[in-house]
Amino acid sequence: MSSLLEVSGVSVSFDGFKAINNLTFQIGEAEMRAVIGPNGAGKTTFMDIVTGKTRPDEGRVLWGEKSQSLLSMSESQIAQAGVGRKFQRPTVFEDQTVAENLMLALKKKRGPLAVLGFRASRADQDKVVELAEEIGLSAALDRKSGELSHGQKQWLEIGMLLAQEPRLLLVDEPAAGMTPAEREHTTEILVEAAKTRAVVVVEHDMEFVRRLNCKVTVLHEGSVLAEGSIDHVTSDEAVIEVYLGR
Amino acid sequence: MTDTTFAPARQPIVKRYPVVLVFLGCLALFTLGVTILSEGFGIGVISTSFVKTLGKTLCLCLVALAMDLVWGYCGILSLGHMAFFGLGGYAIGMWLMYARTEIIVVQSLSAAPLPPTAQEISDGIATQIFGVVGASEFPPIWAVAHSLPLQLAAVVLVPGLLALVFGWLAFRSRVTGVYLSILTQAMTLALALYLFQNDSGLRGNNGLSGLQNLPGLGHVPQSTVSIWFFWASALALGIGFLLCTWVVSGKFGSVIRAIRDDESRVRFLGYPVEAYKLFVFTLTAVIAAIAGALYYPQAGIINPAEIAPIASIYLAVWVAIGGRGRLYGAVMGAAFVSLLSTYFTGGQAPDINLGFYTIQWVNWWTVLLGLSFVVVTLFAPKGLGGLFDLIAARTSPNRHGADLGPDVGALREKEAEK
Repeated sequence: MSSLLEVSGVSVSFDGFKAINNLTFQIGEAEMRAVIGPNGAGKTTFMDIVTGKTRPDEGRVLWGEKSQSLLSMSESQIAQAGVGRKFQRPTVFEDQTVAENLMLALKKKRGPLAVLGFRASRADQDKVVELAEEIGLSAALDRKSGELSHGQKQWLEIGMLLAQEPRLLLVDEPAAGMTPAEREHTTEILVEAAKTRAVVVVEHDMEFVRRLNCKVTVLHEGSVLAEGSIDHVTSDEAVIEVYLGR
Repeated sequence: MTDTTFAPARQPIVKRYPVVLVFLGCLALFTLGVTILSEGFGIGVISTSFVKTLGKTLCLCLVALAMDLVWGYCGILSLGHMAFFGLGGYAIGMWLMYARTEIIVVQSLSAAPLPPTAQEISDGIATQIFGVVGASEFPPIWAVAHSLPLQLAAVVLVPGLLALVFGWLAFRSRVTGVYLSILTQAMTLALALYLFQNDSGLRGNNGLSGLQNLPGLGHVPQSTVSIWFFWASALALGIGFLLCTWVVSGKFGSVIRAIRDDESRVRFLGYPVEAYKLFVFTLTAVIAAIAGALYYPQAGIINPAEIAPIASIYLAVWVAIGGRGRLYGAVMGAAFVSLLSTYFTGGQAPDINLGFYTIQWVNWWTVLLGLSFVVVTLFAPKGLGGLFDLIAARTSPNRHGADLGPDVGALREKEAEK
């Protein structure tokens, strides 16, 4: 299987502390992957590297069928290439309506002049309405997103990610602060999304990961400790010791 | 569900934003009123100097619009926009001064037995203009001062290029927040200090003067010229308001407000944030420069003190008091505060005798302004423009047909509207 994202031998240290240590990771097209690990294992740093926020000290990050290096690209270029990211805390533009938030994320030309001349077509508006229905916010299109509940903001952010039509979705703790029903809906959205694109979910909650029913990568001290099905990794001695055990 | 979507985008801008019509209407009425009351074209109730004050105020409103766009919408607290305003003034002032001196020199040389050569005329103008700083030659930056079109181009190009280069360097290095403010302030201070030098080529601290006299129109009284400039300023403000409304409406406005609120998130959406900031910074610099080019012929004189950082800080204060993040707020703030400032510092305000101390407004006005800035920032962050929200709150909010109450049995909007 050809891989969409290939991270190899990546290391990064902050003031001598090795946040990522010789990490190697691959994900293919239309694949779901869960990344788990204890605090400080380097999960968020890993996402920072892929999205261009942090530059690694060494290693390669290759993207797509042309094996482009992501390391020389800016955050916005990486996002345009097709990497979408959802943050741990829901970050939506609270001063703007749900519709505006979705319209911002919609896959369109991103340059200032193109945006200045942009007028939403009927199709764009329909797309926004459709997305809003998918994330259960169709009644809230005209509301400022700052008024939404925590769970709704999480969904809005997921909706914005879907609107971007990324080829790789990086999702940081999507279920944090959600009710069980909301979690279930989130699972559905993610599983659905993974049918057409690669999805990497960083999560603490084992139950949530189990429900995603996908390959799991366990990170520990900046490198991969184990990889495989959830049952495989939860029975791994090393994983039990550093993460599950005690 | 489609009827609950946002306003259809195809409508003309005045329909989507009724405030534009209201604003332009008020501006037109104001212009008409001043014209009728002026000495030049009307019954002469308003003195020419007051017409000039009003015209200058309109220019300040225009630069406040630019400040609101860059600060209120895009979140870049630039403390250097009055530098662009001043540069625009200098650019037009160079032509005004050159062309007027040329007329005077040609006139005085016409009495000579031999017709003067071009070189003699040029030398004569240079001596006239630069005698005050002890020079008699044109510095290179005056190369195109003889040409009105080229100097008009310089009004836009010089501040635009400065903003472009400065902005590119600053935004590329991801300088944000107070650090950017300090940097812009350093820029304007450096520019002012440079212009204070006699060999800067712009007459040092003397600045350029006599700008109120239009070359070749010496026979037209100032009462008429003042109204011309007043009209031009009103027109520029009207166009500026339309332009700014157009820029902040739609998706571009959405992107720059998003940049203001969470820059890195916008980056992860794939927008080149630096390009947007640079665009807004440069556009507003050009608007400021045009405002300056209209302001200084009405003021009559420009000197480097006009570019000092304090001017840009005042600009930020106007916008803050008027209410940033809404265009009419910026205009209101600039008009209200600068007119009030004229009133208090012009010695017209009566002193207040407290018995033990007399408050003289010329000195105490700055204190009052500073206090009101603090009060507005702390207690009314929406500023003067926020007063309109109070009116809006009295009318019922747009619920888009949803239930008025918490439960299904509550009145629907349609039923309640009877």
